[in-house]
Amino acid sequence: MKIPMTEYLRIDLDKEKWECRVCDHEIAPAEGNYKEGLLVHNRDPREIHPPILDPERYRFTFSPDPEWVRILEFCCPNCGTQVETEYAIPGHPPLQDMQVDVPALKAQWARRGPDMLPDAGPAVVPGRGHGH
Amino acid sequence: MNKIDTRAKMPSFEEMNLIKKFLDDTTLFLGPDPEIMQNHDLMPRTAQEDEAITRVSDSHIVAKIRDRIQAGCDEGYEMVEQMGAAPGAKWGDVITGVYSASGDLAIASAGGVLIFSALVHHPIKFIIKNWMNDPTVGVKEGDGFIHNDSRYGNVHNTDQSMILPIFHKGKLVCWVASTVHEGENGAIEPGGMPSMAESPSDEGLKMSPFKVVENYQIKRDILTFLQNSVREPKLQYEDMKVKLFACLRIKQRIEETLNSDGPEALVSTLRLTMENVRAEVKRRVSEWPDMTVKTYIIQDSTLRENCVVKINCKLTKTGDRLIFDFRGSSPEFTNRATNTIVAGLKGMLAQVFLCYVWPDLPRGQAAFAPIEVITDPHSIVNCSYDAPNSQSLMSIFTGFTAGQHAVAKFLYSCPEKFTKVHAPTFNMINTFIWGGVSQHGETLGNLCADLNGMGAGARVDRDGEHALAPIFATMADIGEQELNEEEVPFLQLVSKKMTRDAIAPGKYRGGQGYTMMVATKDSEQWGFMTTAQGAKIPPIQGLFGGYACGCYPLSKVQGVDVYDILLNQPEKFRHSIEEIMNEQPFEGARYTTHHMGMGFEISKRGELFMISQGAGAGYGDVLERDPVGVVRDIEEGLMSPEVAARLYKVVFDPVTLAIDFDATEKARADERKARIARSVPYSEFVKGWNKPKPPTHLQYFGCWGDDVDTLYMGSPDRTRRGDEPRPNYMTHPKDVRIAELEQRLMALGAMGGEKQ
Repeated sequence: MKIPMTEYLRIDLDKEKWECRVCDHEIAPAEGNYKEGLLVHNRDPREIHPPILDPERYRFTFSPDPEWVRILEFCCPNCGTQVETEYAIPGHPPLQDMQVDVPALKAQWARRGPDMLPDAGPAVVPGRGHGH
Repeated sequence: MNKIDTRAKMPSFEEMNLIKKFLDDTTLFLGPDPEIMQNHDLMPRTAQEDEAITRVSDSHIVAKIRDRIQAGCDEGYEMVEQMGAAPGAKWGDVITGVYSASGDLAIASAGGVLIFSALVHHPIKFIIKNWMNDPTVGVKEGDGFIHNDSRYGNVHNTDQSMILPIFHKGKLVCWVASTVHEGENGAIEPGGMPSMAESPSDEGLKMSPFKVVENYQIKRDILTFLQNSVREPKLQYEDMKVKLFACLRIKQRIEETLNSDGPEALVSTLRLTMENVRAEVKRRVSEWPDMTVKTYIIQDSTLRENCVVKINCKLTKTGDRLIFDFRGSSPEFTNRATNTIVAGLKGMLAQVFLCYVWPDLPRGQAAFAPIEVITDPHSIVNCSYDAPNSQSLMSIFTGFTAGQHAVAKFLYSCPEKFTKVHAPTFNMINTFIWGGVSQHGETLGNLCADLNGMGAGARVDRDGEHALAPIFATMADIGEQELNEEEVPFLQLVSKKMTRDAIAPGKYRGGQGYTMMVATKDSEQWGFMTTAQGAKIPPIQGLFGGYACGCYPLSKVQGVDVYDILLNQPEKFRHSIEEIMNEQPFEGARYTTHHMGMGFEISKRGELFMISQGAGAGYGDVLERDPVGVVRDIEEGLMSPEVAARLYKVVFDPVTLAIDFDATEKARADERKARIARSVPYSEFVKGWNKPKPPTHLQYFGCWGDDVDTLYMGSPDRTRRGDEPRPNYMTHPKDVRIAELEQRLMALGAMGGEKQ
């Protein structure tokens, strides 16, 4: 059974692996940090949150200060889907944001069965916008 | 050699009683009681409750009575909202509730600020513990108690409660209370939430629970003292009366139930409602996956200076236990007001569940009762008695967001959901607090209800709603600006216009916030302050690949009278911050930007103060956003075409906005490849990125990485242990600036031989 854990990640209970829900790529061991199987980009926050006020003239511009915060963008190495973001202080180690008790997850879903799997999540065709 | 017994003799039982009596008789000061203040669980079931439940436990009867009490609370809430004088009352910053005889909140009004529901039980328990059997105070029929000191319960001392015991045939059966965000409280700055406060003594009126009503009449001598302690004496009186009469209306509804069904039915209903909710919460938690989720939220200021203040959160679920661990969060600031007592944090975390996760549950204290919270002592989320906390909102709101962000990661895989999974809501009170003398000669101090226009986070299947509701009251209103302007000497020249490009992108974008431009008009004694963080670092995180909001500064235009401009050269006026600041259309004016912690500042007629509400966070990968939604955002003025094309990789005709779907598909495929090309594997990335300590160029407070035992205190070389409090003083920002300037003068040899 494969349990959807986030919009783009699932855990294959049999293989005990994190997988990409978009391209089925096997990412990392389920008991570990899924981020270790992803690619990371250190994004200047001004590229996402553009300055609304002229940065040449003003100290505050509506953009985050790139010396104070960066955006860590984590993507699937196979399909390039952006799985997670983390607004991080420069140099702060990225978080292991989800540490799953895999035996407990197995036991929980053994009781429930596959009919109870949540229907939320993507039916993604890479390269196309989509709806559920 | 004979051993000498150096152990002290243990006192006997009689001696212990004597010591206890001596201490009881000679207590010099009844400060906040840790036994009450650190506990948010329900009180144990009493013999009276046991007996009542034995007699009445039929679920239909309980449901019927609960609905009647709920209706009574709603009636009381409506009374306060309609009659209250405080702006807070008018927008619903109010709650009413019925508490058990032991002081637990059993049933709260459906509307209003639910956080109070998790927090007013503390002062009631203080009254029960200390005043009930005190011959100089006592608790009798017809009494009413007032309270606002958050160290004895509740969020901050702008919120005043009126608390009434309810008796039946001489026996206490329950309590009723009404709480309003009154605003003014005589603090060092008007409006009740001073960011300039450097100690509790700067925070104005701090009322531990005391009796202010006897025989259902407000005691005039105490009232006069209270009126003299605040800037709005008439409001103080009016709202004390309003709260009293709302409580009396709820009392009337309770008495109708007592007469029709008897006291056991009431007592049983209150108790079973709480116990059933508590049991249901544990059941729901047990359905979540066993997991630990970590997140952190950054405060980028103390409201006095920019610095980096960490709110660290680890949320662990095991079986039916759920534990919020906030250890590693910033140490408390000894002389800054952004600290919170831990009960305030818990109250706000309760909102995550009651407003956003399980809104179907009866509103009361029980929904958070079984959830555990761990903090460091004397930290920004569990501050000491001596630390100022008038701006506790900064820490309870960022604590809320940490909780909301973490909880979403548990909910996704749950088959049973009660709301949709969503990204964090915007969490800052981007509004103007105001004060001074009005055009009618009245002394006033309060704020614009626009703080309730926080943008909602995007959901699993749709965009977040714009300027929806505050995180602490999902059914509050932003009020009628035109009505407000009849009473205050300023206008909102631009209001409710979305701030373009202040976005939180994602597959589903966050709901945006609107621009506010205010200018004083008919008073020479009027000013503003703003109290929000997030001008340098966003105060929220995105979800599942979505982005957080950007940043929100304060802009000022001084040395101009825009009312003259509007009268004589109206074509010069612009309706966005972007145009006014970038085009600088008013000659000779001074255009400046600032962080959102502006201390109270007197304004001149026609000078512009401009801010924006914030956006809720985005959800999911931007490349999955429906191109039609992107173009709709452009058409609605939420985003400029250039930003839309660059972020979302949608290709459209710049004139007609017609979408080229094939070109869009290709652009997005290219961007996915580009992502892979510019990113690096995690193991390689952390080698270059991870640093052992916080950067030297930032004043950083809190733990670094996973080591929650060491808390940094403003520099990489200054730390404390999490469990060992140390003072944490900040230098006055003006002294910092003077020192900088003096150093420059000295370097230039321009100090003029001034003696040191």
